[in-house]
Amino acid sequence: MTQSLKVTSTLVAVGAALAVGVLLLLAVGAPPLEALWLLVVGSVGSASKLAITLLAWSPLILAAAGLVVTFAAGLWNIGVEGQLIMGAIAASWVARSVSGPVWVVVPLTIIAGALGGGAWALLAGVLKTHGHVHEIFGGLGLDFVAAGLATYLVIGPWKRAGVASTSGTDIFREEAWMPTFEAFGVSWPVIPVALGIASVVFVWLLLRGTLFGLKLKAVGSNTYSSYIRGIPTNRYLLGAFAIGGALAGVAGSVQATAFHHKLVPAISGGYGFLAILVVLLAGFSAVAIAPIAFFFVAISVGSTQLDLRLGVDSAFGGVLQGVIVLFVLLAGGWAAKHASNTLTPRKEP
Amino acid sequence: MSLEIRDIYKHFGPVRANDGISFTVEEGSLHGILGENGAGKSTLMKILSGFYSADSGNVVLDGDILDLSSPADAIAAGIGMLHQDPLVFLPMTVLDNFALGNPGPVRLNRDEARSELERVSSELGFEFDPSRLAGSLTIGERQQLSITRLIFLGAKVLIFDEPTTGISATQRLQLFDTLRNLAEHGLIVLFVSHKLEEVEDLCDSVTVIRQGKVVFEAKMPVAAETLVENMFGKVFVVQDHEEIPTGAPMLWLADVELDEGTTHIKGLNLQVAAGEVVGLAGLEGSGQRVLLRACAGLLQPSSGLLELDGIDLTKASYRAHLASGVHYLPAGRLEEGLVEGISITEHLVLASEDTSFFVDWKAARKSAEKEIDDYSIKGRPSSSAEELSGGNQQRLLLAMIPDEVKLLLLEHPTRGLDVESAAYVWTRLLARRSQGTAIVSASADLDELLRYSDRIIVFFGGKVFAVRDAAETDGEELGYLIGGKERV
Repeated sequence: MTQSLKVTSTLVAVGAALAVGVLLLLAVGAPPLEALWLLVVGSVGSASKLAITLLAWSPLILAAAGLVVTFAAGLWNIGVEGQLIMGAIAASWVARSVSGPVWVVVPLTIIAGALGGGAWALLAGVLKTHGHVHEIFGGLGLDFVAAGLATYLVIGPWKRAGVASTSGTDIFREEAWMPTFEAFGVSWPVIPVALGIASVVFVWLLLRGTLFGLKLKAVGSNTYSSYIRGIPTNRYLLGAFAIGGALAGVAGSVQATAFHHKLVPAISGGYGFLAILVVLLAGFSAVAIAPIAFFFVAISVGSTQLDLRLGVDSAFGGVLQGVIVLFVLLAGGWAAKHASNTLTPRKEP
Repeated sequence: MSLEIRDIYKHFGPVRANDGISFTVEEGSLHGILGENGAGKSTLMKILSGFYSADSGNVVLDGDILDLSSPADAIAAGIGMLHQDPLVFLPMTVLDNFALGNPGPVRLNRDEARSELERVSSELGFEFDPSRLAGSLTIGERQQLSITRLIFLGAKVLIFDEPTTGISATQRLQLFDTLRNLAEHGLIVLFVSHKLEEVEDLCDSVTVIRQGKVVFEAKMPVAAETLVENMFGKVFVVQDHEEIPTGAPMLWLADVELDEGTTHIKGLNLQVAAGEVVGLAGLEGSGQRVLLRACAGLLQPSSGLLELDGIDLTKASYRAHLASGVHYLPAGRLEEGLVEGISITEHLVLASEDTSFFVDWKAARKSAEKEIDDYSIKGRPSSSAEELSGGNQQRLLLAMIPDEVKLLLLEHPTRGLDVESAAYVWTRLLARRSQGTAIVSASADLDELLRYSDRIIVFFGGKVFAVRDAAETDGEELGYLIGGKERV
């Protein structure tokens, strides 16, 4: 497919999605231009808003970077949501049970998050490679198990002294909080953002510059050819699961120790599933996920303003994100079909 | 009623699968369609049954020009096709399979379907338990179920594509009786095969297709010799074979038993000397691929012994075979050999023995340029596999063969290549003989088999049917042997 066709179709798609958004706003009786402006102001309009948006951006980009790896291996890692939750649970466990200086506890929570998410992903991987359970079904099942486990911990073993409430566990001791950087009267989430940027660089290097990345791509594009070539395909698939899960797990640890400062049942914030949309929109490219993830969290964070100012439910942001993804995928499909019609002769199936 | 095929053209990229095919089949005849692999039979049948649409030309049934844009159109027009693997939904019952695809109201009336199934199947002389799962039927019974369904749907023309593959001898006789019976009732039966004996047994008339064209038409009986000659064309090969190498066996199979799908090979013995080229001939699916896969380590023999250069590999994994110096080049270049979306450079990096963690892309591109030059691949280092033509894909695969290989296993190494590319491929392959590489190569091209092999093994129906020294046989004899007949 030519580059210009791809770019044009994407722009048309985003335009069409915005048009649908405007129609929806009109349908609920909200002034569309003011609503869209509120999305912008509510997400990047002030230093404090920007800090909130960046804090939301970090787990999303971490999970998305992990998904770029699993997608490169041809895997639909729907279990990312559960991996994020397990990362948060593992980080919470460290935060609750290890005491010490912040520069000991926080790195430990991050490592625990990576291990928790990685192990949960490997479980989905082993189910696929050795149990012949498709990763979509295995992952989805494990998502529910992880969500259930988080709720159980919050209202069971880790409940607040005296009260069992789904509002979460006790707040962690401050030495388990991810430190922030104070400037312009705002606490900036420097460590989460650094982790997010590092994950993008790491994944980009892994897939572009290493033999591991190349073999992973080969396995993802044609497992059988790769096997014939002598690549141990199962090992590479499991490797992709482990890396993807570990990054999702770090996202979970950020959610627990930088945002909530406790474990809550909805600890994932839906960032796992949202990350799938981000990666689809980015065309599986490691570089493109950073701005797209930012765009997405800006819509999410900004849409809280719609509720306050216009009485439009903040779910509107999610609707807009979904519509954009659907239109972009539709445009991509259309462009691919158009390109294959005009450029290549039909192949014998 | 007659079925008239008028000037059908169909091409896939540069390949002209059907190059102006015309013939007519009269009511009540059992008509054989003969041709070697890749002659264009299957394409024509897929056009008749609506799976492909022709580039140009018409199918005329009973004076009407048919519009065949989907299998549903073909069935509605009265043309039904029985595939080699009967299209039966295995987890569903016989009754549901029968009722499936019937035109009619939305609501499924199982009682009515059951009585229809009984009526049609008893007319045909078949017996079914409607509540049995289709998965528990034999291949022969699945065929009967498909026939019943197509007759019920009003088929006037029935196409049978290699229907005797994978069914028992008794079921074959029963199938032939059914086909004769159908023809007697005025149906047109097209019987597609490359098995000479079956066509001789069964058909009233025959059309031979070669390279997408009708080359021969006749009423049966016709001398088998004439059919063979028309199927394969005259094969003239200048044989300039050197002495057959008789060194120590590089590959040794003793009393090997292989089972895969419908193919069962028993008591297979084969020795291939270092530097020897053994050609595998036979119709597609006669056992050549199974043998190659077993030698590659992709299929474990259920009994017997497989040795490579004196090392027992009978129970060894595929990767152990690779490590011992086996290299397998499967037929599906893009499906089993190369990876779509990955460039020439990347392929060569994957194939190289350099295992350093970071890839030096600059050096990789440089060495890719050298290989492209060396193997005259028409493409750039950044061209991805699917952008290359078949011949260049094969050249890339050749460039990816490791330097030291003890056993090269090839499956249709020159299929779809022009003469020049094919000759090039073999030059590169034969150059490896001097270092003691043994080569086993399956091909449908008799000329290629005769020209490059030292010995030729002919498979028929999952058995080794004959072994010949290439210098002592010719295209005509191979044609007979491939069709399952000794030359008389």
